[in-house]
Amino acid sequence: MAITILRRLLAAVGVLLLISLFTFMIFFWLSPDPAVQICGKTCTPERIDQIRSQLGLDLPFWQQYWQFLSGIFTGRTYGEGAAAITCAAPCLGFSFQTNESVTDMIVARMPVSVTLAVGAAALWLLAGIGGGLLSAVKQGTGWDRAVMTTALAGISLPNYFVALLLQYLLVVQLRWLPFPQSVTFTEDPLLWFQSYLMPWLVLAFGYAAMYSRIVRTNVIDTLGQNFMRTAKAKGLDAPVVLRRHALRPSLTPVVTLFGMDFAGLLGGALITETVFGLNGVGKLTADSIAKNDQPVIMGVTLLAAALVVVANILVDVTYTYLDPRVRVKSA
Amino acid sequence: MSTVPSELAVETEPKGVLPTGSAPTPARRVISTLRKSPAVVFSVCVIVFIVLLAVFAPVLAAITGWDPYEFDPTAIDSDLGGVPIGPFGGISSSHWLGVEPGNGRDILVRIAYGARVSLMIAVSATLITTTFGVVLGMVAGFFGGLADQIISRVMDFLMAFPSLIFMIALLSALPAGNRPALLVLVLSIFGWPYTARVIRGQAMSLRNSEFVEAARASGARPVKIVFREVLPNLRGTIIVLATLAVPSYIGTEAGLSFLGVGVMPPTPSWGQMISTAVGWYAVDPMFFLIPGTFLFLTVFAFTVLGDNLRRVLDAGDAA
Repeated sequence: MAITILRRLLAAVGVLLLISLFTFMIFFWLSPDPAVQICGKTCTPERIDQIRSQLGLDLPFWQQYWQFLSGIFTGRTYGEGAAAITCAAPCLGFSFQTNESVTDMIVARMPVSVTLAVGAAALWLLAGIGGGLLSAVKQGTGWDRAVMTTALAGISLPNYFVALLLQYLLVVQLRWLPFPQSVTFTEDPLLWFQSYLMPWLVLAFGYAAMYSRIVRTNVIDTLGQNFMRTAKAKGLDAPVVLRRHALRPSLTPVVTLFGMDFAGLLGGALITETVFGLNGVGKLTADSIAKNDQPVIMGVTLLAAALVVVANILVDVTYTYLDPRVRVKSA
Repeated sequence: MSTVPSELAVETEPKGVLPTGSAPTPARRVISTLRKSPAVVFSVCVIVFIVLLAVFAPVLAAITGWDPYEFDPTAIDSDLGGVPIGPFGGISSSHWLGVEPGNGRDILVRIAYGARVSLMIAVSATLITTTFGVVLGMVAGFFGGLADQIISRVMDFLMAFPSLIFMIALLSALPAGNRPALLVLVLSIFGWPYTARVIRGQAMSLRNSEFVEAARASGARPVKIVFREVLPNLRGTIIVLATLAVPSYIGTEAGLSFLGVGVMPPTPSWGQMISTAVGWYAVDPMFFLIPGTFLFLTVFAFTVLGDNLRRVLDAGDAA
């Protein structure tokens, strides 16, 4: 087991290195010169050279990549002497737009993304698993059809469209909710809840739709297996059979999916955050893309990749505990 | 029950129509089953309508008299910040689905041209990812060994990627250039593993089947076995995967355009229209409702069709 985890960790480090390398290459070769961008309109060639050497942009590719990479672990110093600017340990550089540290920017916006992800996840797990179970148990009935049609709509509706629709109906037309505002829970709990309600619903709808379809297929699959017939033949009640024997094998695949989706959301719900004006990591990403703020884009891409990779490992470990068959195979 | 007469019908066909030696195609059975589902009939109608809209976009522009880039200052109220004049976002005999606030461009014509861009990107990406996914998946699954190792590792890597963020990073770094082509490229790079993974699994199980063994025993070369024996057996899977790939690419393209890294203005695109509509949603809801509905219906129709195709083809395999 320990060796399996160790091997997975090594592979994860490899994947992260590759991702950082690719991201770096993209910006190194494809993007317009950042020095020109920072310098602005009134710019002299000397000033551009100065910025280049200050940021280390005049170095060859591998050296720049190495500086970036080592900066994440040991921090780095820009420039020399009195003009030197130090960037502490998890250093992702400074924003070209605001000159803030990218790490600080991300850390400052994490709480919003976490709040969004946790609330939405609770909703979609409840609705997705509940809906899928209901649909599978009542297979072929009106319940089944209603849940599956809703799910189909859910996976076909783009979430920004749902967001606009909800906002138009609930805020503009019915006036049930105020315009979403960025308040913290401690400032005004009610307004906080009202502001997050629509983003949670919008995010959860899409995921719940996907999960209910998967749960339904898995439960129906499991119900047709031999051990289910045995359980029923033993004389167990249908609810007991469902709870004790069918649920676990049909829900284990959901764990994989959930790990990835949740980690993905922690890295920022780009569209939802943008539409509702929530100041999370996703909005930071969208804003920095609009302004071509490369260090920030690099930072959030790496963060998102790291979250997904870590979630992948956690999922694999959890899986071995949930599904004995995997444990036997890997031993 | 319903399959019996159709199978008989296939058998009564003149022998020359079917390739000799191969089993009768299940296409007729599939079509006759699908035709009985109202959801499928509806979906096919929607798809045909959208395709016609895309193909005849220039004709529509000629009929309505509006170019997709043409401003109509008479259709908007400049005193109210450019809100369309008239009910429902300026719907009138001259602008059938109203106009865009701010500039008065005709929404219907822009929707039609947007359908063009959207379908062209999604279908191109589907063709590319299906081709690569099927070939690489078959090679990995059928030959195994080193080829499988390499292809599988690349697939794992691409699928572990936070692909949306990466697509955005890539597209935002790339110079403007030919935007639709870049979108197809980016969608294809991250899309093919999803096809290849399924094909690989099926090719692996087909590798040990009797007809492959028979072909091998008769001295057929491996490449010939792959294309003549394995590929025809994957036909159903490929059709389903491709049908479901189209809506996912339409959705992704619209999302990327919504975020401002996809199709660039002034080229019309549904995602981009909705993105512009964000600033107007309170005063002119029709501006996001119309492109949003078109986008939803298109994705919905392809998904329903793909789902049903899979259901019917799976049932056929089991029978």
